[in-house]
Amino acid sequence: MMDRYTKLQMAGIYFAITIFLIFILLPFFEMFMTSLRPLEHLFRSPYQFWSDDFSFDAYSQMWVTVPLLGRYILNSIFIATSVTAITMVFVVPAAYAYARLDFPFKSASLAIFLGVNMFTGAVLLIPLYRVLRTLGLLNTYWAMIVPGVAFLIPTGIWLLRSYLEKIPRELEEAAYVDGASRMYTLRRVVLPLAVPGLIVVGVAVFIGAYAQQFLFAITFNQQRELQPLPAGLYEFIGYQSVTWNEMMAAALVGVLPVMVIFLFLQKYLVAGLTAGAVKE
Amino acid sequence: MTDLTDAARAIEGSRRKVLPEAWFAWLLVAPAMLFIAVIVAWPLAETIRLSFMEADLGGEHYVGLANYQDLLESRKFHDTIIRTFYWMFLSVSLKLILGLIGAVLLNAAVPGRGLFRVLVMPPWVIPIAIGCIGWLWLYNGYFGILSGTAQAIGLTDGPFEFLAYKNSAFYSAIVTDVWVGTPMVTLFFLAAMQGVSRDLYEAAWVDGAGRWYRFRRITIPQIMPVIVSMALLSAIWTFNSFEIIWILTEGGPRSATTTLIVDTYKTAIGNFKFGEGAARAVVIVALLATFSLFYLFFLNKVNKHYGVK
Repeated sequence: MMDRYTKLQMAGIYFAITIFLIFILLPFFEMFMTSLRPLEHLFRSPYQFWSDDFSFDAYSQMWVTVPLLGRYILNSIFIATSVTAITMVFVVPAAYAYARLDFPFKSASLAIFLGVNMFTGAVLLIPLYRVLRTLGLLNTYWAMIVPGVAFLIPTGIWLLRSYLEKIPRELEEAAYVDGASRMYTLRRVVLPLAVPGLIVVGVAVFIGAYAQQFLFAITFNQQRELQPLPAGLYEFIGYQSVTWNEMMAAALVGVLPVMVIFLFLQKYLVAGLTAGAVKE
Repeated sequence: MTDLTDAARAIEGSRRKVLPEAWFAWLLVAPAMLFIAVIVAWPLAETIRLSFMEADLGGEHYVGLANYQDLLESRKFHDTIIRTFYWMFLSVSLKLILGLIGAVLLNAAVPGRGLFRVLVMPPWVIPIAIGCIGWLWLYNGYFGILSGTAQAIGLTDGPFEFLAYKNSAFYSAIVTDVWVGTPMVTLFFLAAMQGVSRDLYEAAWVDGAGRWYRFRRITIPQIMPVIVSMALLSAIWTFNSFEIIWILTEGGPRSATTTLIVDTYKTAIGNFKFGEGAARAVVIVALLATFSLFYLFFLNKVNKHYGVK
């Protein structure tokens, strides 16, 4: 009853959603159309929306132009997955401490974590380069993983803490009465209950790690075989010509695996955020 | 329950050794703290040190406040700061407005909304650099569909290069930044809206309140805490938004899209003036810290106003 719309209102909503989605999806449409155009067509003037020589050739040719393309796609996923796993190892205990325990400098130290949000890699690039060199991590996967973890820990703690606060305390107290140690309680009682929250935070961290690989990759890593997809795509800007159509095809194919994974997880993501990850 | 626990603790405490709460808490927090100390605090300290140096590939020597003085006297740097704040306010406002509209639309009880929710997310999920390549092509005067459409319907005579002129480049970069940021804002607002109790809406509905009234008097106040915290996070990220500008324009044409972060990168990495770059980085951190403090102060007032503790 309350949610009933008139026909006109329905039409208005669909119209507005369509406009919104056109804005969101336009670049993908453009990338797809570009990937279909033969290279010489790209530079044809005046502009043509469609012609008969559109083809999927770029999708097979791109693997030849940039032989390491498959490797780049896997690198991207590998780096983002490692960042997520390591970040969670740091985030889970810390978030639990902030959600449940009382200790000196609690709010001060939490403020420090949140303050890290004010930096991005770009601000600290030069000294970060030196630190990574000192630690001997330049030109390894670690050079792209370690900074990613550092900048995602604060967001992770912030998200997971509010989720953990929603879990009833009684279960932990019961475990305690039964003689369980603190660590055992955390591992065997709290963590299983927090699985939906862990998925949400994990997905959010993964997205952050996956989205922001470009800068660290081009700055801290010179080894071609280790580059993630966004950096690897620049190889299509070649010695003689830029094969734009193949670059677009590679970009679309490259993000496909993660998009598919995301399709399966998005249900949890929206549900999990609703369950309280953002509500203070 | 609590009494019982206390009693249990008292008994337990005499029998087994229990780690004090504070110790245990710091044990849990320490690894994350240490990691941040090495990867963020150390470089930050190094940046502050470097900002007092004249440093380049050849070496470094102490110059005191000279780097900061140069910045203070530089007309160009003032322009950059103003441009950065303008960039931030415009982009964040658009993200919040579009995010709110988007969340309302995706929250509407219409068939197909599950699909719409999925379709909104790609800009957030894919690497920023890849989305920007798509926009780079869209803005291209000869090959892009925007210029192509403009020509086809007679808006422009010839190709229009969006990124070639100062104004159009700036606003094009804003559009792309909004595109990257809006899905996440939308999703968080949507989640917050779904957390609002239905009873409130039903009570208002029974009393004859219309949709707009319910939106203004129930939805907005209820999700206000999420709106303000998203606004702060979004402001900080937008202020520091680097890849989008770098890929689209590298700060050009004629500095039209050079924000503080781009200026810092160009100075330090592009021209190897590490000291001057570090001074700029310190200015960024100082400005953001000041902005955040003011904001949090304001946030406190908003929360009080809306009765959130």
